[in-house]
Amino acid sequence: MSMPPNSADAGTGSGTGSATGPDVIVIGGGLHGCSAAFHIASAGRKVLLLERDVIARHASSASAGGVRRLFRHPAEIPLTMASLELWHAMKDMLGDTGDFRPTGQLRVAETEEEMARLEARVKLTRSMGYDHEVLVDRKRMFEIAPALGPQCLGAIHVERDGYAFPYKSTLAFRNAAAKLGADIREGVGVRGIVRDGGRWKVDTNAGEFAAPVLVNAAGAWGARIAEMVGERVPLKALALMMMVSARMPHFLDPTVGTLGRQMSFKQMQSGAVVVGGGHRGTPDLDTGITQLDFRKLKTSADTIGGVFPIMRKAEIVRAWAGIEGCTPDDIPYIGPSRTHDGLYHSFGFCGHGFQLGPIVGSITAELITKGRTNLPIEPFRIDRFGPDPDAVSWEASRAA
Amino acid sequence: MTSAPDLAIVGAGPAGLAAAIEGARLGLAVALYDEQPEPGGQIFRAAESVAAGKGAPLAAFGADYAEGPQLVARFRASPAAAGYMPRTTIWLLDRQRTLGHVQDGKARMLRPKRVLIATGAQERPVPLPGWTTPGVMTVGAAQGLMKSAGQVPEPPFALCGSGPLLYQFAAQLVAAGERRFTVLDTTPKGRWARALPFLPGALRDTDLLLKGLGLMQKVRMAGVPVLRHVRDVAVHGNGRVEHVTFRHGNHLGELPVQLLLLHQGVVPNVSLSLSVPLRHVWDAAQRCFRPALDAWGNSDVAGIAVAGDGGGIGGWQAATAQGELAALEAAHALGRIERAERDRQAAPIRARLKTALAARGLIDTLYAPPPLAALADATIVCRCEEVTAGQVRAAIAMGDTNPNAVKSRTRAGMGPCQGRMCGLTVSELVAHARGLPPDAAGTYRLRPPIKPLPVAVLADLDTSAVEEEEDAT
Amino acid sequence: MFRTLRPAAQAEAVTITYEGRPLSVPQGISIAAALLGAGEMVCKSMPTSGADRAPYCLMGACFDCQVLVDEQPTPVQACLTPVRPGLAVRRVPRPTPVPEGVAHD
Ligand SMILES: Cc1cc2nc3c(=O)[nH]c(=O)nc-3n(C[C@H](O)[C@H](O)[C@H](O)COP(=O)(O)OP(=O)(O)OC[C@H]3O[C@@H](n4cnc5c(N)ncnc54)[C@H](O)[C@@H]3O)c2cc1C
Ligand SMILES: Cc1cc2nc3c(=O)[nH]c(=O)nc-3n(C[C@H](O)[C@H](O)[C@H](O)COP(=O)(O)OP(=O)(O)OC[C@H]3O[C@@H](n4cnc5c(N)ncnc54)[C@H](O)[C@@H]3O)c2cc1C
Repeated sequence: MSMPPNSADAGTGSGTGSATGPDVIVIGGGLHGCSAAFHIASAGRKVLLLERDVIARHASSASAGGVRRLFRHPAEIPLTMASLELWHAMKDMLGDTGDFRPTGQLRVAETEEEMARLEARVKLTRSMGYDHEVLVDRKRMFEIAPALGPQCLGAIHVERDGYAFPYKSTLAFRNAAAKLGADIREGVGVRGIVRDGGRWKVDTNAGEFAAPVLVNAAGAWGARIAEMVGERVPLKALALMMMVSARMPHFLDPTVGTLGRQMSFKQMQSGAVVVGGGHRGTPDLDTGITQLDFRKLKTSADTIGGVFPIMRKAEIVRAWAGIEGCTPDDIPYIGPSRTHDGLYHSFGFCGHGFQLGPIVGSITAELITKGRTNLPIEPFRIDRFGPDPDAVSWEASRAA
Repeated sequence: MTSAPDLAIVGAGPAGLAAAIEGARLGLAVALYDEQPEPGGQIFRAAESVAAGKGAPLAAFGADYAEGPQLVARFRASPAAAGYMPRTTIWLLDRQRTLGHVQDGKARMLRPKRVLIATGAQERPVPLPGWTTPGVMTVGAAQGLMKSAGQVPEPPFALCGSGPLLYQFAAQLVAAGERRFTVLDTTPKGRWARALPFLPGALRDTDLLLKGLGLMQKVRMAGVPVLRHVRDVAVHGNGRVEHVTFRHGNHLGELPVQLLLLHQGVVPNVSLSLSVPLRHVWDAAQRCFRPALDAWGNSDVAGIAVAGDGGGIGGWQAATAQGELAALEAAHALGRIERAERDRQAAPIRARLKTALAARGLIDTLYAPPPLAALADATIVCRCEEVTAGQVRAAIAMGDTNPNAVKSRTRAGMGPCQGRMCGLTVSELVAHARGLPPDAAGTYRLRPPIKPLPVAVLADLDTSAVEEEEDAT
Repeated sequence: MFRTLRPAAQAEAVTITYEGRPLSVPQGISIAAALLGAGEMVCKSMPTSGADRAPYCLMGACFDCQVLVDEQPTPVQACLTPVRPGLAVRRVPRPTPVPEGVAHD
């Protein structure tokens, strides 16, 4: 069933200019919206979160849930370092771990040429002053992941990384935010935004809401929200596909990716194996429906059987896709609007925003409450592609 | 069949068979898929074998079943028979009408011009304590065994639940010479009074009504104990069923059985239609989700229609009428017949459909399932992942507002059956807890493959038919 | 469990094995029917509780009758798979569980 806006939940608008209205309206109830709501509420602000569908309906429940610092874009590394510490502190911070399991991340080379690329990569991160990525030889690699196929030659291993349960992590932030008084509404879709004096007036299917500060955490729809206030940015919606197997006997601890082939791979606590790798179906932003492409899932099935021979004996019980926003340079939009005061963006995470959820919400809260953050967010500026999104080249992007 | 069929039909029950015969008559190239080894669907399971004397005696199954071999014979004589693929499971259908099938470990994709979903019904799963114990089965399961393998249960056993199939199967057992069993009828007191207003409608099909009452009589007359208004049924046994307990009037009953057969009516089998996804609506009278369809069975997705019980429970006669209407519509949409001709040919079929549906209001009211609010916390809801009602309620209390959220947290619906056994229950538990109607609570988002597919089979998927079609356009 | 109504009229019997034990069953019926007719029920051990599970719906919906056949690595639905001479049927074992996560509190 396509989910109609669930107006039964919506309640009514808070009334423009009401003294009891929220300080901040967060648009979007994915991991990023919920994390922002939590951190802003922690700072003592009154938050209203508006989610058109239900919490974690899109990327944040479809996600593979990889908590990965490994092989990150250099601009993202400082943020992932900080975010990982929050993942390890989830229980203290939220009272809920989101089922985070720090079982490590591994990126495997299957050819000599790939091995050389791994070596070059580790050199690069070392030169930047990071030592989380560790090159491991074939012997050590098989100790970490004995089920790998014999063609695998070596890997980069990152300890303390791991994976979490995407839905549970998002709900953990949602529930912690609600506990701090955040007002979380499902079935409330934003249709229009206008700046009225010092306030944002937000038009929705459930009436009008207003607040001085607005956070755009609308994921793949983030560019639509930005455009409502005249800030046009390039963003492509991708439907990233996943598959999951029936429960299998325990054979693997870390999350494994391959350098040469599209694959991300992990065995969950249940025994089920979750497989991704950026294979794409077709998204429909208007309905939120995605369509799977089994021609590509066929390739994916072939790949996992090649990398993990045990998978040739597995069966796929379900496949799905999640809609994610991607930018021309494969890194997100984070930070203040460049055209309006009181507007903060956090969207377009290009298929790797799950790990960043805890820290980016905190950055947004800092920007709102303190006007600054210590983390380097300049590379994520919303206006980095200039005023004309149609003129931007996507060629270097994975989304091309 | 190498080129894409005009009309691909999923399910060779009454609806699919009638659509195939009619489609072929109208000049369409028809493909008909069913995962069962023989045509006939649920009601006419193994009709050919039974007619050929291979299973139980044909006479045991009653007059309705005797229509089965005739329908199947008409299909075998039709050009549509050339496109019949038995033992073939459809695991994929998308909004572009990409259809995936698997037969003997070989999977293929193709893109027919039209698709008719005729996947029929499944028995409504009604959780009760101990219902996962070996030796608990459904009435339909035992009936299927009698049809397809000529097997009847060995005493001591009992039939338990509510709905027309309960007495129908009891009567079939009696006709086959088996009387050593008990019927625990859970239809609550007062249901007849509530159903009575529907009688005038039902009387238009007195035939069906009398048939139903006649069955009950037959079972009683044969000396089979029938306990009515039974409540609080629970199954006990260590590793297999040993006895069943229940409340009957003011006393607690206990019955030693080695087999307990449950039934609580049937609901549309919507696995495929939900996975497309077609738009679905909540049917309050039948307490189930069904696809939203127009008078020809068209769904909200172009070129995909639904006929038979898969579009809402109507029984086999309604199913054949709906199958024929869908075939007429397909022939019209593909330019084989004019609109006026379609409508002219449809008129007598619509009259048949109306008669066939006349008794629905009565049956739906009489045999409405028990409210799930009373479900005990310890009772398993999701059979595959062994998730209890209490765990589902706890998830809702933790902020899960919809069935997909509950699924994510508890793994209910994530096992191999993909929510076929727990989907309705979880929707109703969420709806009840939140004070919403079930359609506002929603239902599981189902995804292909709708049945598990081995990795090796997927890696070897034949996509050539779809590639060729896309190259051509 | 179940008895065959007209054993004499049955097509010839075939021999299959269940957990290594030979069973003589009628040709042409499903594995599930064959097992139930022979008084055998258990198809799999549940991954969660380890409890035994036997056929339930016999119409391809419930997956409780999943069994392993011959050397095939993935299970089949016993109610939808016909018997054939020499078929080796085994229960689906409970998979060894993944150890409790490295929980960080
Ligand atoms: C299949 C898949 C696998 C992935 N794997 C990983 C991984 O392993 N590791 C990793 O780090 N990242 C991964 N990611 C990426 C990560 O999941 C996402 O970057 C992250 O979840 C994005 O969160 P979000 O809150 O920005 O977006 P979303 O979760 O999509 O949330 C945006 C929300 O905004 C709502 N919304 C949109 N428009 C409106 C409106 N007008 N009014 C109100 N609400 C609106 C939407 O309904 C939606 O719920 C994966 C993503 C996918 C799809
Ligand atoms: C177990 C059971 C027993 C019943 N017994 C009786 C009875 O004795 N008398 C009576 O009046 N009514 C009975 N009914 C109700 C009866 O099913 C319907 O009224 C009638 O059979 C509906 O016809 P149909 O063509 O819509 O679907 P069905 O007869 O149910 O046929 C649907 C067919 O689709 C096939 N199918 C479904 N999904 C797939 C897939 N993904 N891939 C391939 N094939 C698929 C199934 O194998 C089935 O053969 C029974 C229902 C059930 C569930």
